[in-house]
Amino acid sequence: MDFSATAFLSDAHATDRLGAELAVQIMPGDAILLSGQIGAGKSHLARAIIQSMARAAGLPTVEVPSPTYTLVQTYEFASVPVWHADLYRLADSSEIEELGISDALGTDIVLIEWPDRLDNIPENALQIAFMNEADGRRIHLSSHADRWNSLSYFVESLDA
Amino acid sequence: MAKLFLGIESSCDDTAAAVVSSDGEILSSIVVDQGALHAAFGGVVPEIAARAHTEKLDIAVETALEQARTSLSQIDAIAVTAGPGLIGGVLSGVMCAQGIATGTGKPLIGVNHLAGHALTPRLTDGVVFPYLMLLVSGGHCQLLIVRGPNEFHRLGGTIDDAPGEAFDKTARALGLGQPGGPVVERAAKSGAPNRFRFPRPLLDRPGCDMSFSGLKTALIRERDSLITARNGLTEQDRADLCAGFQTAVADVLAQKTARAVELYLEDAPAKPVIAVAGGVAANSAIRASLKTIAQYQGLQFVAPPLALCTDNAAMIAWAGVELDRIGHKGLDPLIARPRWPLDDQQPALIGSGKKGAKA
Repeated sequence: MDFSATAFLSDAHATDRLGAELAVQIMPGDAILLSGQIGAGKSHLARAIIQSMARAAGLPTVEVPSPTYTLVQTYEFASVPVWHADLYRLADSSEIEELGISDALGTDIVLIEWPDRLDNIPENALQIAFMNEADGRRIHLSSHADRWNSLSYFVESLDA
Repeated sequence: MAKLFLGIESSCDDTAAAVVSSDGEILSSIVVDQGALHAAFGGVVPEIAARAHTEKLDIAVETALEQARTSLSQIDAIAVTAGPGLIGGVLSGVMCAQGIATGTGKPLIGVNHLAGHALTPRLTDGVVFPYLMLLVSGGHCQLLIVRGPNEFHRLGGTIDDAPGEAFDKTARALGLGQPGGPVVERAAKSGAPNRFRFPRPLLDRPGCDMSFSGLKTALIRERDSLITARNGLTEQDRADLCAGFQTAVADVLAQKTARAVELYLEDAPAKPVIAVAGGVAANSAIRASLKTIAQYQGLQFVAPPLALCTDNAAMIAWAGVELDRIGHKGLDPLIARPRWPLDDQQPALIGSGKKGAKA
């Protein structure tokens, strides 16, 4: 069964908590696609996931710079490389090939901002859409992979 | 006699080549203009393809040699950006340089792109080591003490967005054009910097680290509440938002720089200097606030001309000159290194891992 859930992130701390949870559940081969307007919190969540994974690997102070200009940053503290990509500046999907993301999908851990630039959405990707709402963010999570159903319980706890 | 260095740079969006002499004369500096390309994509920079760099590199090198009225046979050494940057771009530059070096038998020096920026004040103004450097551009923001051609001490930097990126995203959020720096600055001129109170992230914390991501978010929230309240933004709203944003960026940079000055002065420099590089250094409000800090703390303020502050190959050739002078061969073995922090002594901050030296 497909996974679908919504949650309200009331502040940065809630985003950090979601990042920590995703960092625990994420596995090699997973892709997380982050969509939403500028300032909606995409990079914040990606940073929270990467920093939480890094802390678990015994690295307390990993900096996660914005990939907007470099397009891709990779991190090598997990069993497979972690990719953090921002596709906003890409004009043509052929450029995605040259970044090497396609090769990483399905084996490495890949976090992608502005995934609408992708020609093909990775089948089992976890998609997270951000919308500004009041002082926080409403997020909608969805995936065709049922294993993400394990997030439901946590997501409900965020609203509480 | 002065030696001639050919510099090659292709680590980000621009393809560049230059000829610089070891006594600091820039004989040519070619940056292949991609303005038309950018415009076609509505300001989005599409230039990431290694292919595009490869196509332009030999033309850039040829033009640089021509303008310098010299030829490959008269060049003494080749300096090339070996990182950090986009892997495809860096690779094509390194391969081009390796081809030229192999074909001519000239020595090849792999240079750090950031070292190129950081050493530019010595090329343009003959600044003496050690000096304080604020490197502030679209993709970078760091404060460094430059102690030698290969000796950099990083005092701090952004933990998220670089200021140039924050300007670009502000421009996007307000429906202004790209690049964001000049358009936001222009709009800010007729704005009131105090109408909106934007946060100064990390100012309450010690150290020289900075953050600009929250500032962008705060701006978007103000924009949205204005739009909700009045069904749109007036010119004045936009100007006030730009002015408030720019002032906040300038404040953060100035205050963190002031802290860096204190650390730098512990080095007891004979002629204390603060130098800036990077495209954001062109912003006059930011420049003015940095100048004030410099004056207040008794430092000389040096800002190289904009063409040498943004990405170029003259700075790469010059970094080659500086390394050659101290008998340093550059990155050895010469490989394309997409991540390459300037300050190898510090714990690697950027996405470092168990594999260590890769960062």
